[in-house]
Amino acid sequence: MSTTTKPVNQKAWLLVLPVIICVAFSAILPLMTVVNYSVQDIISPERRVFVGTEWFAAVMRDEDLHAALWRQLTFSFAVLAVEIPLGIALALSMPAQGWRASAVLVLVALSLLIPWNVVGTIWQIYGRADIGLLGMALQKMGFDYSYTGNALHAWITVLVMDIWHWTPLVALLCYAGLRSIPDAYYQAARIDGASKFAVFRYIQLPKMRGVLMIAVLLRFMDSFMIYTEPFVLTGGGPGNATTFLSQYLTQKAVGQFDLGPAAAFSLIYFLIILLLCFILYNWMQRVGTATKENTGE
Amino acid sequence: MNKPRFQARTLFLIAYIVFALLPIYWMVNMSFKTNAEILSSFSFFPQEFTWANYRTIFTDPSWYSGYINSLIYVAINTVISITVALPAAYAFSRYSFIGDKHVFFWLLTNRMTPPAVFLLPFFQLYTTVGLMDTHIAVALAHLLFNVPLAVWILEGFMSGIPREIDETAYIDGYSFPRFFVRIFLPLIKAGVGVAAFFCFMFSWVELLLARTLTSVNAKPIVATMTRTVSASGMDWATLAAAGVLTIVPGAIVIWFVRHYIAKGFAMGRV
Repeated sequence: MSTTTKPVNQKAWLLVLPVIICVAFSAILPLMTVVNYSVQDIISPERRVFVGTEWFAAVMRDEDLHAALWRQLTFSFAVLAVEIPLGIALALSMPAQGWRASAVLVLVALSLLIPWNVVGTIWQIYGRADIGLLGMALQKMGFDYSYTGNALHAWITVLVMDIWHWTPLVALLCYAGLRSIPDAYYQAARIDGASKFAVFRYIQLPKMRGVLMIAVLLRFMDSFMIYTEPFVLTGGGPGNATTFLSQYLTQKAVGQFDLGPAAAFSLIYFLIILLLCFILYNWMQRVGTATKENTGE
Repeated sequence: MNKPRFQARTLFLIAYIVFALLPIYWMVNMSFKTNAEILSSFSFFPQEFTWANYRTIFTDPSWYSGYINSLIYVAINTVISITVALPAAYAFSRYSFIGDKHVFFWLLTNRMTPPAVFLLPFFQLYTTVGLMDTHIAVALAHLLFNVPLAVWILEGFMSGIPREIDETAYIDGYSFPRFFVRIFLPLIKAGVGVAAFFCFMFSWVELLLARTLTSVNAKPIVATMTRTVSASGMDWATLAAAGVLTIVPGAIVIWFVRHYIAKGFAMGRV
């Protein structure tokens, strides 16, 4: 939200109420249930024992969890480091109008529309060295590429898959933001003889601030919860090179059917995402305000 | 715009589009092959071209009903999301009120719940209220991540519109609903288009919740696909054909909202 002063009006609550009701229905009760699980040892639906914070303590000490958390953080920051600049560059080079703009828009967005399990399945074949285009091409170029055998290759494949899958989201948001800049701004810049970089830095970037914030946070939280695609592509392997947090969690919850620890884990997981998003959100808010003051908007 | 710069841009764009389309091309390629051919040889075009995979999907109710079910709940979800998000986004962008920042951030937090463990509580909740295996159930569950997104996107677009426009309209004697529909909505068309597209997209591709909340009557296409994968070994060819078909509705949606995304603010200005 912008930080400029707005008139105080408590009646605005009435406009927000429908949203709160809609979301609370699906948010509060399940969250409460998970909190409830997290403090109990559930032996069977009829036999439960209250264990207090025991699961939380156990989860915090879990070495595998720490490893998964680091893998996850590295992955999410790699995702942001590649997808955000690439998305901005893409939005800047997309044509502004005409049939070309329409065609490019549709082509770029296609990968977003593929269900997540299908994304994993396509890449599973696509990356195979014997029958897949990518695997075959890399093999021909002299790489001994195998996403099932080599941990690094698997990790990079998951990252490239994510870039392929989600960069369009960043690009579309930035594109929409760019299109909302009135022509007058560009004309003024031309009269002032502003360089391309100056136009980007002082007109386009500040105007994209809102959508960029959405893009960064969305990409961050979604990549932090990535599950279906690596699950289908690599199953978390080889070893556990691509076992990210949510996969580790699912192994616990479904595989071993440890509801209590899994619930405690998912609450901690939730709090980690919450904390990181909060930091990112406030940081971007501050940077944005500083820019505004600099440009005298 | 000088010439070489223009070419660099275009080259970059073309390179990206090739990168984006190659996996999709591979899927389309697979969808016209037989399973035996997919697994036995490498070829850029199907050697024994077949429509059989698509025929399976269009003639088998367990396949095509999946598409219909998905479309129904996605449509319900998108309509509800945008309808409730519009007034809320307006409130957030125009007024300050007690707890506004907290509510806004709370909404975002709902996108951050790791799904795996929340599935069981969801299942229990929707069983209790008797909505299991209905389209409404999935549509309501997907509101959890779509409404915050819609509010958020729309708030961004609305904040870009100067407040003087609202004030002038009120001075001219417009009531709030009339102002909102007649003047304000056309101004943020781009935002509505983008928000609607994202709601459609996220609801269309979501697998875990949709699969958990349905069994037969409202089984979505994403769930149908996972079942086929596990049951008959790995029916790559049918899966590829189904995958190609899942792109179609979304592509149509983008085609409709492309003007809103492309033209943006400049066109909406009165």
